[in-house]
Amino acid sequence: MIEFRSVTKRFDDGTVAVDNLNLSVDAGTITVFVGPSGCGKTTSLRMVNRMVEPTEGAVLVDGADVRASDPALLRRRIGYVIQQAGLFPHRTVLDNVATVPLLSGWTRRRARDRAGELLELVGLPTELGKRYPAQLSGGQQQRVGVARALAADPPVLLMDEPFSAVDPVVREGLQDELLRLQAELDKTIVFVTHDIDEAVKVGEKVAVFRQGGHLAQYAEPDELLARPADDFVSEFVGRDRGYRRLSFLDASGIELRDVPTAREGALPEPRPEEWVLVLNAEDRPRGWLPPGSTVDTGSETAEVQPGGSLYTKGTPMRGALDAALSSPSGLGVVVDEDGRYAGVVTAEEVLEAIQQRRAEPEHGEPEQGGFG
Amino acid sequence: MLGDIVQYLSDPFNQDRILGYLGEHLQLSLLPLVIGLAAAIPLGWLASRTRSLRLTLMGTANVVYTIPSLALFVVLPGLIGTQITAPINVILALSIYTAALLVRPVVDALDAVPGHVIAAATAMGYRPLRRFFAVELPLSVPVLAAGVRVASVSNISLVSVGALIGTGGLGALFTGGFQIRYLPPIIVGIALTLLLALVMDLLLVGLRRALTPWSRVGGAH
Ligand SMILES: Nc1ncnc2c1ncn2[C@@H]1O[C@H](COP(=O)(O)OP(=O)(O)OP(=O)(O)O)[C@@H](O)[C@H]1O
Ligand SMILES: [Mg+2]
Repeated sequence: MIEFRSVTKRFDDGTVAVDNLNLSVDAGTITVFVGPSGCGKTTSLRMVNRMVEPTEGAVLVDGADVRASDPALLRRRIGYVIQQAGLFPHRTVLDNVATVPLLSGWTRRRARDRAGELLELVGLPTELGKRYPAQLSGGQQQRVGVARALAADPPVLLMDEPFSAVDPVVREGLQDELLRLQAELDKTIVFVTHDIDEAVKVGEKVAVFRQGGHLAQYAEPDELLARPADDFVSEFVGRDRGYRRLSFLDASGIELRDVPTAREGALPEPRPEEWVLVLNAEDRPRGWLPPGSTVDTGSETAEVQPGGSLYTKGTPMRGALDAALSSPSGLGVVVDEDGRYAGVVTAEEVLEAIQQRRAEPEHGEPEQGGFG
Repeated sequence: MLGDIVQYLSDPFNQDRILGYLGEHLQLSLLPLVIGLAAAIPLGWLASRTRSLRLTLMGTANVVYTIPSLALFVVLPGLIGTQITAPINVILALSIYTAALLVRPVVDALDAVPGHVIAAATAMGYRPLRRFFAVELPLSVPVLAAGVRVASVSNISLVSVGALIGTGGLGALFTGGFQIRYLPPIIVGIALTLLLALVMDLLLVGLRRALTPWSRVGGAH
């Protein structure tokens, strides 16, 4: 557990970067610090591993004031993933990952073995270990940064905008990977970002910071989106937060509809005047057969249009909306956990379900700033 | 002419002398290079950390470098109490020049190390001194190497100047040749000085390449 007790940081030039911060981060969870540039996120993070010392107050890790520990030793027990990865350009990937074990006095051989394991853990082929950081893609570098931070198996991990330098698609992948890793490793993670989408995706709890180093709100993502504490938070969380909330509601309330289906390889003759969902022998959706299409196109595969994304029952409702909007027929395909066809939904139905949820008292949120 | 040189070179007595001068020249230029570099690194490190110190040190370095070498050779013994022709005298003077010449490249090289890499090293748990040798210094090598090459050539030519006050080295071949109005030793001296500078430079380039395999890999793709 990490505790900030009335922590204030005033730099020599008088800048108050963090103002009376009181916050505790639960062990084994991902807590996100989010807020606009310059609001004191990095400063707060760096007070945990003593790269910045508080002017007032104290930071405690597992009940002990960090000032009681030697900084270098403390840092070897706290993983740190820095913005831009911060890899050592003059060391191979493997040696980068082995840094903390080597500093902690492991033998070179054991440290390298461990580094190899970590590359695997973060989903990188071990052959990459021989390369230099400049020979990796941005996404791969970030993974190496994560592997390096985890190498000595520290209980605490600090991540400062670890994924902000990579493009959105790669970033999504890295976020998913982090969540997968965390399910396995159960670290106490503090994750800094200025991206509210990223915050609500990876955070079990989110601390929203305001300019001047004030904590504006500290809550679970759903709570944050549903009940922003003040205008600043509601502005920061954004006007489209209704859409973001979809990420946290499942679509269990939505009635599924049926749609005509056909087997792959045995399409109906003549082609029907409506959209037909093509399934394979295991009932898995393969694509859509457009209304009244002709056989002229030559092959059946040319005729069947690829379907949009699939929505798996019980997952966040945002996926249902994505499925509906990305489907050529306008009908989002819903599948069960095994990927078998279960029914379809329209975007309107998803939106209606959201409106209903919003009306329910336990999800009640002020009308301003929602879908409109 | 060529015949004269061949004849001069084929005399075993001359051969011995030339080799002796060459060895001297190498020692008198290489030793100060190492000492000067060893002094410039901590000075540059200090200068890169404190603004006031940076201005003072850079200013001093510039002034030192403008002192005529001959003047330094002549004045130094008076200051440190050595014989004017003692090798230590030349070595010390050239070490001072080398240090003055290299302080700026050291500062520039350290400035060029990305801040996030240093922050990462600190966050990993490096103590400052170990971090300097493990991270900052290796990353400074490419910029530093350029400065060291200049210093190497500069030292080799300055050692020749030292011969004017009788400190030995290949410059002794010029002064000796002038005194007896005999050309071959002068030509051999010039050629060997150039050759020495060239070989040293190649060795330094090789050394830099060996120390920085990482700097030759392609950029990110
Ligand atoms: N060493 C320093 N000296 C003086 N002021 C500083 C120092 N470091 C940070 N600050 C100031 O403290 C405030 C908070 O900085 P901090 O880096 O913590 O912000 P941040 O929330 O991480 O911002 P960003 O999203 O841009 O990374 C800023 O106003 C910054 O200019
Ligand atoms: Mg920051």
